[in-house]
Amino acid sequence: MPGGKVALKHGAGGRAMRTLIEEVFLGLASPVDGIGLAALDDGAAIRVGNRWLVITTDSHVVHPIFFPGGDIGRLAVSGTVNDLAMMGATEPLAMTCAVILEEGFPREDLLRVRDSMLEASREAGAPIVTGDTKVMGHGEIDGIVINTAGVAITDRVVTDAGLRAGDRIILTGSVGDHGMAVMVSRHKLGIQGDLRSDVAPLNGLVRAALAAGGDDVVAMKDPTRGGLASVLHEMAGKANVGVLLDETAVPVTPEVRAACEVLGIDPLVVANEGKAVIGVRPGAADRVLAALRAHPLGLRAAIVGTAIASRPGQVVLDTGIGRRLLAESDGEPLPRIC
Amino acid sequence: MASSSAGGFDELKFRDPERARALALALEREVDAAGRTISLMHVCGSHEQAIARFGLRAVFPRGLDVIMGPGCPVCVTDTPEVDEAVALAAQGARVCTYGDMLRLPGTVKSLADAQSDGGNVEVVYSVTQAVDLARQRPSEQVVFFASGFETTAVATAAAVLSGVPENFSVLSSHKYVPAAMDLVSELKETNIEGFLAAGHAATITGWGIFEPFAARTGKPVVVAGFEPLDVLAAVLELVRLVRAGRPEVMNCYPRCVSREGNGPALEKLWKVFDVVGGNWRGIARVPRGNLELRPEWNHLNARHRFQIDTASVGGASRNVLADQCICGSIMSGLARPSDCSLFGKECRPDTPVGACMVSSEGSCKIWHVYGGAPDLKEVA
Amino acid sequence: MCLGVPGRVLSISDDGLSAQVDFFGVKKELRLDIVDVPVTVGDYVLNHVGFAIRRIPPEEVGETLALFDQILKEAAAGDLMAEDVRGEMAAGRPAPGHGSGRG
Repeated sequence: MPGGKVALKHGAGGRAMRTLIEEVFLGLASPVDGIGLAALDDGAAIRVGNRWLVITTDSHVVHPIFFPGGDIGRLAVSGTVNDLAMMGATEPLAMTCAVILEEGFPREDLLRVRDSMLEASREAGAPIVTGDTKVMGHGEIDGIVINTAGVAITDRVVTDAGLRAGDRIILTGSVGDHGMAVMVSRHKLGIQGDLRSDVAPLNGLVRAALAAGGDDVVAMKDPTRGGLASVLHEMAGKANVGVLLDETAVPVTPEVRAACEVLGIDPLVVANEGKAVIGVRPGAADRVLAALRAHPLGLRAAIVGTAIASRPGQVVLDTGIGRRLLAESDGEPLPRIC
Repeated sequence: MASSSAGGFDELKFRDPERARALALALEREVDAAGRTISLMHVCGSHEQAIARFGLRAVFPRGLDVIMGPGCPVCVTDTPEVDEAVALAAQGARVCTYGDMLRLPGTVKSLADAQSDGGNVEVVYSVTQAVDLARQRPSEQVVFFASGFETTAVATAAAVLSGVPENFSVLSSHKYVPAAMDLVSELKETNIEGFLAAGHAATITGWGIFEPFAARTGKPVVVAGFEPLDVLAAVLELVRLVRAGRPEVMNCYPRCVSREGNGPALEKLWKVFDVVGGNWRGIARVPRGNLELRPEWNHLNARHRFQIDTASVGGASRNVLADQCICGSIMSGLARPSDCSLFGKECRPDTPVGACMVSSEGSCKIWHVYGGAPDLKEVA
Repeated sequence: MCLGVPGRVLSISDDGLSAQVDFFGVKKELRLDIVDVPVTVGDYVLNHVGFAIRRIPPEEVGETLALFDQILKEAAAGDLMAEDVRGEMAAGRPAPGHGSGRG
């Protein structure tokens, strides 16, 4: 850490953030009967009897707080529900909601955020049962920060480390929607387009995939900050396999593709908040895909890649013309100009 | 790129995998028939991007070397120029810059550092944004740190000619592409047999300017666009010209490039700018490498409007790692990013040591972003 | 030199200085100060840092693809002399004996 100070990149979801977590926060880890801090998975799973208690937490600081397709409230609920779902826990028991507000935050906006949280909570079947409220002085915090935590019980935990050579990799829909919608509404980039966040709770979708694939669903992760590239790197690294990704199979909406071309950004590194990456044994891939496509949130699901024995920890991208390595992005993608 | 191809410009036809395969095969046959390694050079960050992004190096035959020369305008911007911008920010001006220039190190600081230190530094995506900013803040001095080759300089010229407020000025760090090509043609160490010319710079200047170059060097020049088929076809054509010993200029980007170029843009460019000598980072003096505002525009030239105090931003700690940086050799096409001991370790996009890792047009940054060594011949 | 993206002109401002351009999914306003020829609605233009720098003649797309196919054909034929008769599609290459260098 240059100068011994935290920089913005330490929160961007890439290499710098992982380094910070490894250097600082892993020191908090202590042994648990289950999957704990050291696994750095989407959540933790603690054994209770012959079942698992899955628990996760997320803080949300997105700006602007209202963006096309969603807002910080919907994001706060969906993010936590999805982290539980990525561990295989698709029936959330309960959620918490802690809010820190800046003095001067408009009550009308707060009500709008609250309503959005309620709607998402109902969609997911995840009741919000307890919370906390704090107010800080004007300028001491930026608008609003929401932390949510969620708990669920499941018979089977799915980690992000279960890939084996030959497994197929399924993406539940188009990538880049959330990140591009937020980026374009945050910065004065001078482009207009129908870019909307995909933010949504995915537990219903994942439930369908698990019902179809059962134990053949071996790895799951949602491509939030850092995008698909980041998730594939993690899954490849933890399982010590390579991943071959077919770029031509990755769904991207025309709006996101155009915005990315104009701004010089790769959709594969852009954040998503309503998509999942699911690793499946080859024999089950088709039926899991069919189950996803039958669900409203999985209409554009596609098999986009395969785990391979060579190049462990690396992601090879087939562009349709030639092949190259897909790198992780180091931080927040910024529009490229000249 | 993706599966949704409904609508969209016909540019997608220039990504047609079948034609790409055919071109690649033809290229392989040509290079094999040559019976020696053929080295070609391009001088355009966007060409390196296209090659890396689409995995073209994995498609190029083994006997073909396509090397990037000094085609990154930010990478060749010298430290004193960055110091000028940093000093102006420290002196209270609002300095507007394209994003690529933000993290380029000066002698000690970059504009990003100046921003962290409380200076007013803004990233803009067009010169017009900087002009608008100046209009919105009449009591501030707004300085546009103008970087990029002539393709970008024409935009600066157009903005100046269409009228700017009194509190707006330009700190020009624009560079001139023909100088880049002259530079590399004089290098004896490399064995470059042909050149790919940058398609968008040529959209402005026209391809006619390469004729004296081809005649003088005895080497062919092919103007290339940026889609995969553009690059493959241009490289194939260049190899054929090299093999035939024909030092001619060939335009493989006729949809954007003509012989005379863009007349209105050139007229505006030369009304506002003149070619002057300057130092290019890592490469030393380049006689006709920079674009500076002509004397009649001194009133808009930040170097004339202000007493820029660069001494105050110099001094203090020097980056010791900089001694191991080989950006100069990389930009001259004498080394590859992967030859550098710092590449991917101490020198990464978030902790750049050299200029080539800072700019999105720099070969080190491109190689890093697109996966380290975009040269996959043996992929499972 | 960098990031030139083609789009289609949707509308032109009253003073003729700028245009709304469609990039097939997003729209952007471009300045028209330095485009090589006057543009009208429906034209394709190349964008660079917020300025249109070229009106792309629509027939050029087809012609460019034909050019590439011709290059392929000639490479296959191994007939280097065929280049001399390529004509308009090679957009101004000098005929042998003229222009630069050895022929």
